Amino acid sequence: MQYRRLMVVAVAVLTTVALATSCSSSKKKSGESGSGGGAGDRGPITMVQGKDTSGILPPIAALWNKDHPNEKVTMRQQTDQADQQHDDLVQHFQAKDPSYDVVSVDVIWTAEFAAKQWLVPLKGDFAVDTSALLAGPVKAATYAGTLYAAPESSDGGLLYYRKDLVPTAPTTYAELIADCAKKTAGMACYSGQFAKYEGLTCNASEAINSSGGQIVKDDGKTPDVETAAAKSGLDFLVNGFKQGYIAKEAITYQEEESREAFQSGNAMFLRNWPYVYNHLAQDKDSKVKDKFGVAPLPGLNGPGTSTLGGHNFAISQYSKHKATALDFLKFIMSGPAQNVLLNVGSLAPVLKASYSDPALIAKFGYLPTLEKSIDTAIPRPVTPFYPKVTQTIETNVYQALQGSLSVDAALKNIQAGITQAANG
Amino acid sequence: MTAATGQVAEQAERAGSPRQRRRRRARASRGDARLALWLILPTVALLAAVIGYPVIYAVVQSLKLDKADAGLDATGFFQSGGKYVGSKYYSYWFNCGSKCPNGTTGHEFWPAVSTTVIFTVITVIFEVVLGTVMALVMHRAFRGRSLVRAAILVPWAIPTAVTALMWKYMFQPHGVINAVLGTHIIWTGSEWPARWAVIIADVWKTTPFIALLVLAGLQVIPDELYESAKVDGASAWQRFFSLTLPLVKPALLVAALFRILDVLRIYDLPAILTGGANNTTTLSILAVDELRSSPNSAAALSTITFVFIFVVAFILVRIFSVNVVQTQARTVKA
Repeated sequence: MQYRRLMVVAVAVLTTVALATSCSSSKKKSGESGSGGGAGDRGPITMVQGKDTSGILPPIAALWNKDHPNEKVTMRQQTDQADQQHDDLVQHFQAKDPSYDVVSVDVIWTAEFAAKQWLVPLKGDFAVDTSALLAGPVKAATYAGTLYAAPESSDGGLLYYRKDLVPTAPTTYAELIADCAKKTAGMACYSGQFAKYEGLTCNASEAINSSGGQIVKDDGKTPDVETAAAKSGLDFLVNGFKQGYIAKEAITYQEEESREAFQSGNAMFLRNWPYVYNHLAQDKDSKVKDKFGVAPLPGLNGPGTSTLGGHNFAISQYSKHKATALDFLKFIMSGPAQNVLLNVGSLAPVLKASYSDPALIAKFGYLPTLEKSIDTAIPRPVTPFYPKVTQTIETNVYQALQGSLSVDAALKNIQAGITQAANG
Repeated sequence: MTAATGQVAEQAERAGSPRQRRRRRARASRGDARLALWLILPTVALLAAVIGYPVIYAVVQSLKLDKADAGLDATGFFQSGGKYVGSKYYSYWFNCGSKCPNGTTGHEFWPAVSTTVIFTVITVIFEVVLGTVMALVMHRAFRGRSLVRAAILVPWAIPTAVTALMWKYMFQPHGVINAVLGTHIIWTGSEWPARWAVIIADVWKTTPFIALLVLAGLQVIPDELYESAKVDGASAWQRFFSLTLPLVKPALLVAALFRILDVLRIYDLPAILTGGANNTTTLSILAVDELRSSPNSAAALSTITFVFIFVVAFILVRIFSVNVVQTQARTVKA
């Protein structure tokens, strides 16, 4: 008898808990329509971004909290894997979670999140001034003519070269291939990111853009890769593996593996992001400390075109303190915050002025080169169907690099894949 | 507490002759049944909540249109999805094949099915053979046995993600595997080396699991059987094939069944080790890839995977249980 009563109580408790949880989730749903009008409320906010590997979050939080004692920001870190960061954001948006106020959005996710109406459009009461910023990052935060996020940091590809072996950096693919003759024995010539992941899409789109081709037309969704220019761009990479100016093992390289190859003196040229600079110049095990230089990427008939990387900060549609979040967006684009990001985290600034500051140039020798790279950079397709687009590019380019697919067939597949992605 | 001890005492008192007990049981059965119902209700409720609900939800979602496939309106926003589209996503997976260009998820469905099956067949064969050998070694009495047992179990104790990263470093072009073998294979750079990398890592990690279950099976075989076999003049091989193997078969089959079901839904090891490149994309990896662009379509793929594994499990359980019964019957007769 005692047992039975106990069980009844236990079941009753379980049921109540289950009911209570379902109630609270439905409450959240009905609550969100309450906000709206003006630029929203003020209060403490939470900023969400990927794992802070360079230690920028504490100084940024301190800088903001000093002037906003009643609207403090809490920093929340996700994993260091970009795919998982994307999925985490999607889950929280789908759950209409008000605890994510400001989110760090990779440039390639901005269109998707905007099209799903998860980000607050920065117009009307939420308008921000972007006139002091570089044009490229602003364009990458814009979808269908509306700004949806504040550029936080930018990124552009650079060519690192061994200035002890090649005094002047090559500006064309032909020059680069000719320079390969100057390498020492056992050394690879050109290195980049060729494993099957997002980095391959960056490298492939750079090669195509640098040869005068494009992945999509100006409307952002019509594919345009079945061209002679795109073919010669991809040929540069495919021939690299065939003729040996790219090492065979580079097919497994992501950023870090390719940096390691260059840093240990095993490669003459390296395509990588600016973060590599300080590693090469300062790491204890760096064998190229005073032997490397930085140049814009080479192209088919002259300097090449980088893809555009970086992150934007956006306000979640489900934030309860949107006015504070808006101030935080303005703060992150301001001089003091941008200086912290550059000095502490080596993140490429989005402010034009940062690139002509003599004090900064003295410290970060690559800034003028990087400005050129970002200035001429072409964003990867700004499309809400980006996951499908990048998958089709990665898969086909990877097989072309392996030699199991001809360049023509790969481009034909990419053309068809992007068309299908946009049509569901 | 006191109530519990009281009841135990009461039960002990009740135990009389079998006939008395049976009569009492009949009287108490209605109350017992009700108690039993209350006792299993929390478990059933919990299972319904954490297994039943998600499975049914996934099936319902797989029949609805995804927002990401609903098209964009004039302002560039996705139109709302959610209307029922029937088997649209199922036919995307089954019939896409040649229609979908290379590089789309639909194109990868059948390769993913075959990759998953290949992984399952090869790894389970290796694991069963090596696991049985390991169990036989662990079962024998010799000096340092406890050390060997502990050493064999270490791989099973390491989290899969750590295992995958560890093998990823070892399989790098300048990694320890190539150094030891004296080869220059780019393991994660082409199809079969990448598949073997996954298979080797999985076998290394989960063979101890089979070994453990087989060891448990070995330990219940009475020593007298071996002694009398020896007296009858049976050789070591005869003893293994006519005695050990038939008697350990039930444990071995259960272990193999667990492994088959496990490998059919493998995700973490290939996802970390190869990223799914070079035809190492399994059904689970493909489902997660698809989730990124179209959750409802991914729900359809998850449902297909679920049904596939369920059918395989059903068939194997049917075959295995018949065998198990036969083995026992034969043993009893002998």
